Amino acid sequence: MLEQIEGSKAMAKVIGLCRPQVVCAYPITPQTHIVEGLGELVRTGDVQNCEFINVESEFAALSVAIGASAAGARAYTATASQGLLFMAEAVYNAAGLGLPIVMTLGNRAIGAPINIWNDHSDAMALRESGWLQLFAETNQEAADLHIIAFRLAEQLSVPVMVCVDGFILTHAMERIDIPDQAMVDKYLPPYEPVQVLDPEDPISIGAMVGPDAFTEVRYLQYYKQQTSFRLIEELSREFKREFGRESGGLLRNYEMADVETVVVAMGSVNGTIKDVIDEMRSEGLSIGLVSLVTFRPFPTRALQQALTQAKDVIVIDKSLDTGMGGPLASNIALALRDLAHAPKMHSVIVGLGGRPVTKAALHRVFRQAMIQPWEGSHFLDLNDRVIAREIHRRGKARRSGPAAENILKILESEREAAIIPTETRP
Amino acid sequence: MNEMQKLKFYQKGTLTVGNRLVDEASRNVQASLDRSNSLTCGHRACQGCGEALGARYAIDAAMRASNRNLIAVNATGCLEVFTTPYPETSWQMPWMHSLFGNAAAVATGVAAAMRVTGKPATRVVAQGGDGGTTDIGFGCLSGMFERNDDVLYICYDNEGYMNTGVQRSSATPPTARTATTPPLGKETGNVFGTGKFVPKIAVAHEIPYVATASVADLHDLEAKITKAMSMHGARYIQINVPCPLGWGAASHDTIRLARLAIETGLFPIFEAEHGRITHVRKIRSQVPVVEYLKLQRRFAHLFKGGVEDPRVARMQAIADRHIAEYGLLEPVAGAA
Repeated sequence: MLEQIEGSKAMAKVIGLCRPQVVCAYPITPQTHIVEGLGELVRTGDVQNCEFINVESEFAALSVAIGASAAGARAYTATASQGLLFMAEAVYNAAGLGLPIVMTLGNRAIGAPINIWNDHSDAMALRESGWLQLFAETNQEAADLHIIAFRLAEQLSVPVMVCVDGFILTHAMERIDIPDQAMVDKYLPPYEPVQVLDPEDPISIGAMVGPDAFTEVRYLQYYKQQTSFRLIEELSREFKREFGRESGGLLRNYEMADVETVVVAMGSVNGTIKDVIDEMRSEGLSIGLVSLVTFRPFPTRALQQALTQAKDVIVIDKSLDTGMGGPLASNIALALRDLAHAPKMHSVIVGLGGRPVTKAALHRVFRQAMIQPWEGSHFLDLNDRVIAREIHRRGKARRSGPAAENILKILESEREAAIIPTETRP
Repeated sequence: MNEMQKLKFYQKGTLTVGNRLVDEASRNVQASLDRSNSLTCGHRACQGCGEALGARYAIDAAMRASNRNLIAVNATGCLEVFTTPYPETSWQMPWMHSLFGNAAAVATGVAAAMRVTGKPATRVVAQGGDGGTTDIGFGCLSGMFERNDDVLYICYDNEGYMNTGVQRSSATPPTARTATTPPLGKETGNVFGTGKFVPKIAVAHEIPYVATASVADLHDLEAKITKAMSMHGARYIQINVPCPLGWGAASHDTIRLARLAIETGLFPIFEAEHGRITHVRKIRSQVPVVEYLKLQRRFAHLFKGGVEDPRVARMQAIADRHIAEYGLLEPVAGAA
């Protein structure tokens, strides 16, 4: 049924339709509305047979989910940013134990400096934790991906993280099709664990593993992910058959027929990019888009197929590895390396800490990639003047002070200078 | 009951009542042929390990109380490592280890799963050492208490991080030498703290049941586990388990040290329900702490060259304070 609804509330409704049995709630902006929404559905009885547990930290949230999942219950939690890092040890543990927990990540920057707005730093920080990571482009897909995620997680016995851009998606009111219970039940059968704590059939879970078997245990996790690409595509096709719309899968091509320049991006920024591509194509420019849905496992072969004809590939990263550059760009570079005619890759860092990614800026950077490409990472809309002033200031004094506060002071002084004419200033 | 069983569990030369001397109904779970042997033989605990002994009695008693319908969650630590070197396990029951600091939360999840999957009769215990309980797992433990989740948490308290090579935990008593205390202060030994006593903090959470127990009194230990298992909600039992390796004690002195910890007043034995102390185990006559300290190399620096360090008085003061606080020496008023 179509509803005009906030993204988080829609996700809560759809997660509720997935019949979670244990939901662990701990507040962190911007995911809080999701667990609030689920709490309300449990209270009203719209979600039945569900334990809604208020925990004392994110570490406990995922730990409770780990216990519940190992004991045979369908377990769900949500987090963001610092919360994901606070539970990091349990994130790896859930994957290592092969527990099919589904967790929403309301993508948010990681401090310091503390920042509540959107980027992908949190998801990227734990990209090697062994979880599958799916990125939603729209709120419809954010809702839909949870249905797919439970099915995928339980089929593989691997945890799945549904990555949803904080505020841009979680807090946006949109028209969303909420499926009915029968459709979800048909797509998502009850949880049948591959391992379970059961007094009737006692097993030990979480043994100490030494050098004699650790590699094999880890290899099997790798093998499972490397052989899951077809399943991820099949589940997306089946979803389309049952629900009548495209959601999930490995990646989606947009205007990719015989294009020379291809943009690769994840998450909600793809909406803006599509508008820019439409406008550039109407001007006769040859540009298309690959919207990456599945980041882990990384769909190397699917990307190679999509990019094999491209001359230039522009990779949009919403996070930054300060010692390397864009994490997505690093991954794409590895995928391109083995192509017969490897395209040139151009890395762009955008939207850090919630900075708006405007069409105008994308127009500029896409054109620049075509005519005057750059080395390394390009930072979209970087305020070069402020950077230069701060670097200059640092050079003058050892005790130059905290960077974030200095930048804010410089910005404030620039704003003042813009408002008050020079001659009237004291 | 066969002759072998009677002999095996008769504890000679101790103050503990041997099974042979009591009627069949009062004999302990461990003396019974139908005990579950949940923590079975073949594990790799050190000789004289107090934790292995405590865990064996505690879990078998909990198994009997739950009609063998029990799931155990284990924090990282000695108990986890010595019982489950892959691919072997000593646990003859459903058992899970996740992390060092989350046993209480994982147990909460297991208990929740039992309710929603239609198995309300299946009970849950969580267990860990003092490091996993009083330090790194304390947040999850307090959260579990505060929510009153249906979990019995058992802490095997050996007063330090023994699995990693005897480092200081918040439960390490003052003056004790550990691998990480030499850099602190001018003299060897834990300079600060009073040995964080989590049972008292558990009582402050006003949870249904809190108890302390000791491997020196296994009847009492089993009785407390059984009582805890008869209740629902958050329950906490801390068992004093001497560690021959970490304490620098003879492995045959484990029970003796556990008993001295009680009789000196250093480890008070009590029960509390809903925030109030309901029962205290009295001491017949207080033993000076010196007798307890001298058996352990971790306190050897207090007696160097035959001279008693003034810090011994600090330990005696802790024991005296416990005796006054819990009324350990007062005459028993009415029925216990």
